[in-house]
Amino acid sequence: MVDAVFAHRIQFAFTVMFHYLFPILTMGLGFFIAILSSMHLATGDKRYATAARFWARIFAINFALGVVTGIPLEFEFGTNWSRFSAFGGGVFGQTLPLEGVYAFFLESGFLGLFLYGEGRVPRGVHWLAGLGVSLGSLLSGYFIVATDAWMQHPVGYVTDPSRAIRLKSFWAVLLNPYAGWQYAHTINGALLAAAFVIGGIGAFYLLSHRHQEFARVAVKMAVIAGAVLSLTQLFPTGDFDSRNVVKYQPTKLATMEGLFETEKGAPLAIIGMPDTQQGRLIDPVFVPEFLSFLAYGDFHATVNGLKAYPRELWPPVELTYYAYHIMVGLGTIFIAIMIVGVFLLWRRRLFECRWYLWILMLALPFPYIANEAGWVVAEVGRQPWLVYGLLKTADGTSANVAVGETVFTTLGFAGTYLMLGILFLFLVGRVIYQGPGGDVTEVPESVVAHPAA
Amino acid sequence: MNIVWFWTLALMLTTYAVLDGYDLGAGALHLWLARGNQERRILLNAVGPVWNGNEVWLIAAGGMMVVSFPNVYAAGFSGFYLALMVVLWLLILRGVSIEFRSQIDHELWRAFWDAGFCLGSLLIALLLGVALGNVLHGLPIGPNGYFQGTFTLLLNPYSILTGLLTLAVLGWHGTNYLRLKTYGDLLARARRWSQQLWGAAALLVVASTAATLGLVPSTLRNFHAHPVTLVFPWLTLAGLVSGLLSRREHDQAAFRSSTAVIVGLLTSAAATAFPNLLPSTLNPAYSLTVYNAASSPYALRASFIANIVGMIGVALYSAYVHRTFRGQVQLDGHGY
Ligand code: HDD
Ligand code: HEM
Ligand code: HEM
Repeated sequence: MVDAVFAHRIQFAFTVMFHYLFPILTMGLGFFIAILSSMHLATGDKRYATAARFWARIFAINFALGVVTGIPLEFEFGTNWSRFSAFGGGVFGQTLPLEGVYAFFLESGFLGLFLYGEGRVPRGVHWLAGLGVSLGSLLSGYFIVATDAWMQHPVGYVTDPSRAIRLKSFWAVLLNPYAGWQYAHTINGALLAAAFVIGGIGAFYLLSHRHQEFARVAVKMAVIAGAVLSLTQLFPTGDFDSRNVVKYQPTKLATMEGLFETEKGAPLAIIGMPDTQQGRLIDPVFVPEFLSFLAYGDFHATVNGLKAYPRELWPPVELTYYAYHIMVGLGTIFIAIMIVGVFLLWRRRLFECRWYLWILMLALPFPYIANEAGWVVAEVGRQPWLVYGLLKTADGTSANVAVGETVFTTLGFAGTYLMLGILFLFLVGRVIYQGPGGDVTEVPESVVAHPAA
Repeated sequence: MNIVWFWTLALMLTTYAVLDGYDLGAGALHLWLARGNQERRILLNAVGPVWNGNEVWLIAAGGMMVVSFPNVYAAGFSGFYLALMVVLWLLILRGVSIEFRSQIDHELWRAFWDAGFCLGSLLIALLLGVALGNVLHGLPIGPNGYFQGTFTLLLNPYSILTGLLTLAVLGWHGTNYLRLKTYGDLLARARRWSQQLWGAAALLVVASTAATLGLVPSTLRNFHAHPVTLVFPWLTLAGLVSGLLSRREHDQAAFRSSTAVIVGLLTSAAATAFPNLLPSTLNPAYSLTVYNAASSPYALRASFIANIVGMIGVALYSAYVHRTFRGQVQLDGHGY
């Protein structure tokens, strides 16, 4: 039978990872919708309005699932992690209600206005509502990442002899140095995923000769935005996020990189399989001294390996290591895909190049994988700490909940979420199949194929 | 500051009950009240654009409890573990039911989500009432500040009574909301049901007041010490009386009456409980109060300032959103 801590961890990990599938698109697509509706307001071009409306239909389905899967998480701090909440609620809890008060109200209030208010409110107000939705989701991302950043790098508290910890500085918690780059990297990842979704759906239409005019705008926008975003995902956001790990969480760094021995001029492992029994990488491919450079900007700097730390402070090595390499590997592939896309756009061959459109279409799920893998690195790599250096995960659970209850409800969530996932794919698939409606006149197939005729 | 936070939370939860209360109430009666696709669409469009915003009051209140009274949040949520998981599933069911119903134009599809919306709303209203009853009545909190809540513990006659009370009051409130938003046969039915539910609500208010006085000996303590708090029960009474007087076409007055009853009941409950947040049935010394379960004074002050500024903004624009969608529902191409 599983133990109680493990049951809580699985339950939380499963529900939060499922939840995160949706905020990715809420934050990412919301931004692009706001851009499209601003362009409509500025140019009066109906195509932008049609595009904004089409993406808003997908956004609405996605948003509903983000909401219903987010509420359990807010409860789980109390239901699953009650000792953690009692321990640090007054400190890490500072940012939690702010998310509700400043972001969720903004979003949920304006979303109704944006989706159902068209025609009821002046055009400017409708545009502002779209902006409000996007702003709200980006803000909610900040508050929740700041909460997480506090667990990665606790700040702004003092230890109190009688009662765990007390808040010392509200601003230190809100403006945690760890949160800044973590947030930038997370949002960048969400925007990148949205670019891939827009590009993938656009490519699907181009390949199937439907909604060509709409699809060209989509693919072009996706490739340009995607090229920029895939680069900024690596630098500066990924790079600086890594430096925070170097600075504040050396065990996570060593685990991510599969570095067992402490080395001066440590190499960077591109591939290789960690073997925790023997404490080495199997079949590695190294770039000599590069890890020292990435971490400290100096090829000869010393990087501590896992063996420098007691065994019980090691995070789960394999999971963290592979997740990190999947994320970075995919990130590299994304850069390649988008650069090729920009090149084809420049040579004016993008819309006809079928092999490339196939790649763009099939790439759609991979940014999701990269985003989830990133969170696995961040969260699993933090183990065994729940709050780094302060509170062990095993001491943060609810001791008054029986294991069986947690197992039972986890199965319940698994079933519920399976159904929700199927429904989501089905409904979004339908919207994509129906296509952007209304005022974009279809260019008949024959005209496209034979422009001269 | 502890007292300020106590009343802030009470205010948040009361606002939640007033706002989400009408869409829960309307949802709980959905299947029986609204007949045929046309009427059901009217009902759904009355709650559609606002339900999510209303639910955020609950989420924000939860977040505020983490920061102000972390021990209450920890004990209450872990103690009610199973019950809360059920509430979560119901919230999920209800949310997707509202949002997915209009996605596909097919009779069976709609019938399924109509049932989900109705069942979800009904059980959530009932369970929230049951939870309130348990919080008022007390829980077996031990010296470590925790308890283990099984279903047999949580479902006692008193909490079932408060559950039914909640259902009746919110149902009444929901019909009153629909009286403002609908027309035709649906409006006529909502008016008729509103009168009947008034009766049920009044009866249950009396019954549960009597039960509380009998079961919780300290009920009147605060009312004696601070007679101003007597305005809360008086507000309930005033709401009930004006509900009785404002039958027939006075839809606005009816909605105001049920609002007054909800506000009156919850504030009375808060006044009764103070300074306890979760009273212990084992030993009063184990009770979680606004003093022994609170964050440090600085944490309370900082979060109060940070949140109150935002809440003023929220009040302003949620008023704007409610105004935009005020008046009778118009059915058109898009919407629910
Ligand atoms: C499209 C998604 C995506 C891609 C391609 C990458 N990342 Fe990432 N990464 C994320 C999406 C993400 C994320 C989901 O946003 C995470 C999870 C937690 C967080 O703060 O951001 C993350 C976490 C994360 C962490 C852990 C931070 C922590 O523990 O707090 C590091 C060190 C990096 N990333 C570094 C990189 C580097 C060097 C990349 C090189 C290309 C990279 N990521 C690509
Ligand atoms: C949405 C993206 C996120 C994903 C996919 C994610 C994923 C995970 C995973 C996989 C674990 C389990 C680690 C383990 O047990 O080994 C975990 C733990 C945890 N995470 Fe996250 N996380 C995310 C964001 C957050 C945020 C924003 C917070 C806080 C506000 C948070 C709080 C926690 C807590 C409390 C735990 C439990 C303790 C633990 O097991 O480490 N997570 N998360
Ligand atoms: C433990 C971690 C998390 C908790 C407790 C949490 C909580 C919530 C809640 C309660 C909602 C529903 C809000 C509503 O009703 O409107 C929600 C939705 C959302 N969450 Fe999460 N969330 C977590 C992780 C994340 C992460 C890591 C991100 C992004 C970086 C994120 C971004 C969002 C967004 C953009 C929404 C969209 C819906 C909305 O804002 O209403 N969440 N989350």
